[in-house]
Amino acid sequence: MADHQAVEKQTLPPNPEKATLDGRNKYLGFWFFLGGETVLFGSLFGTYLGLRGGVVDGPGPADLFHLDLVFIMTMILLTSSLTSVFAVINMKRGNYKGLLMWMWATVALGIAFLGFEIYEFYEYYHAGLGFTTSAFASSFYTLVGTHGAHVAFGVAWITVLLIRYRNTGLTLTNAPKFNTAVLYWHFIDVVWVFIFTVVYLLGIGG
Amino acid sequence: MSSHQDPSAPLQGAPSKNTERKLKNETRTQLISFILMIFITSMAFISIGSDAVPNGFAIPFILMLAGVQVVLQLYFFMHMNEKGTGWINVMIWSGLFVAALTVGALMFLIGEVKY
Amino acid sequence: MSYAKAQSKNVVWDWLTTVDHKKVGILYLAGGAFFFALGGIEAVLMRIQLMFPDLAIVQAQTFNELLTLHGTTMIFLAAMPLLFGFMNFIIPLQIGARDVAFPFLNALGFWLFFFGGLLLYVSLFTGGAPDAGWTAYVPLSSNSPGQGLDYYVLGLQVSGLGTLIGGINFLVTIINMRAPGMSMMRMPLFTWSSFVASMLILFAFPALTIGLLLLMLERLFGATYFAVDFGGNVIIWQHLFWIFGHPEVYILILPAFGIFSEVIPTFAKKRLFGYSAMVFATLIIGFLGFMVWAHHMFTVGMGPVANAIFAVATMAIAVPTGIKIFNWLLTLWGGRIQFTTANLFALGFLPSFVMGGVTGVMLATSAANYQFHDTYFVVAHFHYVIIGGVVLGIFAAAFYWWPKMFGYRLSETLGKWFFWLFLIGFHMTFFVQHFLGLMGMPRRVASFLPGQGLDAMNFISTLGAFLMSIAFIIFLIAIFASTKNRDNVQDPWDGRTLEWTVPTPVPEYNFAQTPLVRDLDPYWYEKHEGDGKIKAAEPLGEIHMPNATILPVTISAGLIVASFGFIYHILPLIIGGFIITFGAMFVRSVKEDHGYHIPVEDIKRDKEEGK
Ligand code: HEM
Ligand SMILES: [Cu+2]
Repeated sequence: MADHQAVEKQTLPPNPEKATLDGRNKYLGFWFFLGGETVLFGSLFGTYLGLRGGVVDGPGPADLFHLDLVFIMTMILLTSSLTSVFAVINMKRGNYKGLLMWMWATVALGIAFLGFEIYEFYEYYHAGLGFTTSAFASSFYTLVGTHGAHVAFGVAWITVLLIRYRNTGLTLTNAPKFNTAVLYWHFIDVVWVFIFTVVYLLGIGG
Repeated sequence: MSSHQDPSAPLQGAPSKNTERKLKNETRTQLISFILMIFITSMAFISIGSDAVPNGFAIPFILMLAGVQVVLQLYFFMHMNEKGTGWINVMIWSGLFVAALTVGALMFLIGEVKY
Repeated sequence: MSYAKAQSKNVVWDWLTTVDHKKVGILYLAGGAFFFALGGIEAVLMRIQLMFPDLAIVQAQTFNELLTLHGTTMIFLAAMPLLFGFMNFIIPLQIGARDVAFPFLNALGFWLFFFGGLLLYVSLFTGGAPDAGWTAYVPLSSNSPGQGLDYYVLGLQVSGLGTLIGGINFLVTIINMRAPGMSMMRMPLFTWSSFVASMLILFAFPALTIGLLLLMLERLFGATYFAVDFGGNVIIWQHLFWIFGHPEVYILILPAFGIFSEVIPTFAKKRLFGYSAMVFATLIIGFLGFMVWAHHMFTVGMGPVANAIFAVATMAIAVPTGIKIFNWLLTLWGGRIQFTTANLFALGFLPSFVMGGVTGVMLATSAANYQFHDTYFVVAHFHYVIIGGVVLGIFAAAFYWWPKMFGYRLSETLGKWFFWLFLIGFHMTFFVQHFLGLMGMPRRVASFLPGQGLDAMNFISTLGAFLMSIAFIIFLIAIFASTKNRDNVQDPWDGRTLEWTVPTPVPEYNFAQTPLVRDLDPYWYEKHEGDGKIKAAEPLGEIHMPNATILPVTISAGLIVASFGFIYHILPLIIGGFIITFGAMFVRSVKEDHGYHIPVEDIKRDKEEGK
């Protein structure tokens, strides 16, 4: 800690998340990490697409997927992207209360999404699609499950930030943290766009 | 930055008029892109869900819509359109490029059809 | 915490908790050297078994385990960490930075690599090491009995995570932390090539992560991606592995190229010929590195058109590589060449690597590849590029940067013995293997029959391996016998770049004042156009430093505990391990740690003491 130094008041910069070198490093590094995550999910998508015909005698995509459920999940995640955007706008405005509130909304939507996903997996399992049933089953659960794990991690991460910083006000340290968490959250949504298109819509349509 | 700044001190004060105006504009842009995304998503679901659209059209169509939506997310929600994001653009597009190669290989080069 | 307090700690604790990039660099070197020695012992054991036909010194199963450990160790645990060691120590100095962008993550990267490597080696004591080759092709690997392959999967997963973190750290450091005037196109080539290698890490390692994840789920949880009777497909593994694997070989060779691009100009006393062409060639190699992975799969039956495309793409890499070779030659041309040990390694590299490149183009000829594939010809090829390129690069770097890193110069006499014995031993071992391969000796065999014309060349090959081992022992002796050469260590080679401007030993904060860079080869420029001293970009002031912390070790240790839980299906261990890891991450996130400041007086005192 900076001992023997008086605490000076800091004024709000236009982009508090990038106002310090640490913040800029974190911002750039996290984006690069997302670049790597792109390949990570690309590999999972490729595996799924290579194996989705391998249903053997288990149920296949057209037997399982319901458009309505997926549509609701998609809307939830999309909306959570918007709430996190509002959180960042409030951060730049210096409205810390607004930041916290919109982040909590994001967390709530994330939890709702996870709830639907668990319900969905439970349904499929009872329709005869175990993890080891077929190559399609394994690759489907791995792809969608990895995305779900990302959502769960995001929920946990943001919750920790919200509790830790519930009454510190916006600082040069926590602004970059909230900002990276929001980037992560958008990225989860980007992945989901491909999942609902490639896994669910293509699964039903062709 | 002077080394005497305390990074844990709460930030005081309000944003400048200029920032305030920018943020107002941004709110509007973000809302519009959100509505666009909702619209795009609904189109994708409808074109698969309804029998009126033949699959030969629907499949390339929804893939294109997914592409558009991802660009909206990246450039508006995640601000990849801002100045100073050159390296970020490089890394994300490189990632997408490698991911595309991977997907292509795992779809077409796994020995089921020989090219 | 104050500066003095930060320095007075017990030595072991100091190394366990350090976040200083120079110390992390030395840790990488020590860890890499440790695994390099293990990999070398495994290699010699294999060569002894193949010295004569029909030997049974090691059994076939043991041979397979040695083979797997050797390949895995050398690629993941020796070559890459050794390069990371130099990158860690040198890059911040070359770009005029006080630190890396993420000192904490940097330390974490090292501990993940080291613990992951140790985990792999635990398999030796628990009933069998992995035995499916470093490529771990399914279904051989997914059906391999015992826990060996599980150790492979989890060990590589943990250490691969460390590598990914390290790569991101280098990228951000190089982009955000350069000193004023150090534009991208003034960066030394070692920094440039490490930058491109880090990009390759960022995009290649995730494919391996997923490959390993799938293999783990298949082996431990009954998933069916690779089980053909459940609709699976075994080629998927090969793609994922090589989408990672081919960029991986460029992750190794590019930093080595960078090392030669530092060593050759220094000892030719000339500016690097064609600097921007070198940068451009590095970028092209990095890009093409991602386009060619399927040249490892010509014989699996992708089809003739696919094979042809990958063949042409592969051959195209020879063009930027050739540009580099000619630029090095033209740097030497007309220079006042000094034959120091470091430079000898660079000069030995040129012909050796070209030979590896030539066999590479031969292998890339997809029709001919059916003949070469899986024979000793491939073994000869990749050892020519990896030893002739990467390992010679690491040795050149060791002799070149040793004075700066450790404060004494390695003996040139012993160094030259080392160089010549190693070079001769290397060519003796692997040159003949080209012909063994052409005569049909398959790779990865534990023995061969007499009377097939293979005896003599296998014998020669083993003798060469002995020679390389003797050479390496001379190097180890040089390390201990040279410690008295403590004079002339700040700038022993009349260097050109910023790392030679800082005192030796390098102070914790590297630069008392951030340097102002006025040209490519900034030190050389100041020596010849200025007053021989680097200009400062800022007044003397106090310096901010990060605090040491044990959390990187804790995070890594937790993952090892969880790995054991996965390997032996012990749920409490899995949960306990993750609690340790995520708990430590939680602490890191919740407890703000802003580091400390070194007061101006201390920096002034360091300066006066000539540090
Ligand atoms: C002009 C450059 C190069 C070309 C054209 C080339 C081409 C090839 C080809 C076609 C193969 C596949 C052989 C087979 O299995 O049938 C191969 C294998 C290999 N190459 Fe290269 N290569 C080049 C440079 C490098 C470099 C720079 C490295 C490492 C630093 C490297 C490391 C390897 C390794 C490790 C293998 C064997 C992998 C295995 O099957 O275990 N190559 N190379
Ligand atoms: Cu290759």
